[in-house]
Amino acid sequence: MQQSEFINVVMPFKDKLYRLAKRLLVSKEEAEDATQEVLLKLWSKNESMGEYKNVEAFAMTMTKNFCLDRLKSKQASNLKLVHSNYRDENVSIQRQIEAKDSIRLMEQIMEALPEQQKMVLQLRDVEQYEFEEICELLDMKPTAVRVTLSRARKTIREELAKKHSYGIG
Amino acid sequence: MELDRIEKLLEKYFEATTTVAEEKDLRNYFSQENVETHLEQYKPMFNYFSAAKEERYTKQVPLKPRRNLYQWISVAAVALLTFGIYFGNEYRERKQAEFAYQETKKAFELLAENFGRGTEKVAYLQEFEAAKQKIYNND
Repeated sequence: MQQSEFINVVMPFKDKLYRLAKRLLVSKEEAEDATQEVLLKLWSKNESMGEYKNVEAFAMTMTKNFCLDRLKSKQASNLKLVHSNYRDENVSIQRQIEAKDSIRLMEQIMEALPEQQKMVLQLRDVEQYEFEEICELLDMKPTAVRVTLSRARKTIREELAKKHSYGIG
Repeated sequence: MELDRIEKLLEKYFEATTTVAEEKDLRNYFSQENVETHLEQYKPMFNYFSAAKEERYTKQVPLKPRRNLYQWISVAAVALLTFGIYFGNEYRERKQAEFAYQETKKAFELLAENFGRGTEKVAYLQEFEAAKQKIYNND
């Protein structure tokens, strides 16, 4: 496969990879690195790419695994502690300054969700994947996807309601 | 009517039983300006999903340069190796030839020295010859 062909194949879903990576890794730089890593890995496999019936699904799964590995190694190396310390401070300042910014607020709520819920929500509500596709991508059973999704949506509703009743949202 | 439907959809939405199309309707409803006050609290949620989809990956992936660089490096390495072996051999041959020359020269010098010594000794013979001639001539 030539480079131009590869780009044509990858072009339609590279943003989806990036958004999924950003959802999981939060930081823009890290998400960019992860996306680049996944695309390069995909490129290095481009000879055998015709064998995968769905390159997009394959790439999404790769991104998911890559990001989860990243998070795991971060947790192991204590980096997460540093990161969350830093963020906590950030949030309190932002809460004062940008309390009215509903997008910010939503981002914070989304960040607090467990990874599984983040991914399901990202794939369904942002990228509009069908349930079967999500099952395949995340290697989950349909009922599990539904339960996770419902739980995530309800958590967001509750969080928003809290903010709403404080008169912030 | 519309509101009724939206409320039903919302209920289904939180049970995760809506279809992709129905969720699209919800997003469309919440993207408009005037949303019912009691539904206002869901607005950030759906607007956020729409906004989140706008995010783009803008970084360039260095696909070809990297690959090309490796290719060129390997080409350069092979060329260097070939030249190295070729000129290395030539250099070694020249060194060997020079060594052989020096050795030969040394051998010839030794020979010349001994020849020189030889002629010195032969000079005495001439002395005998002269004496002999004197004696023969006297007779």
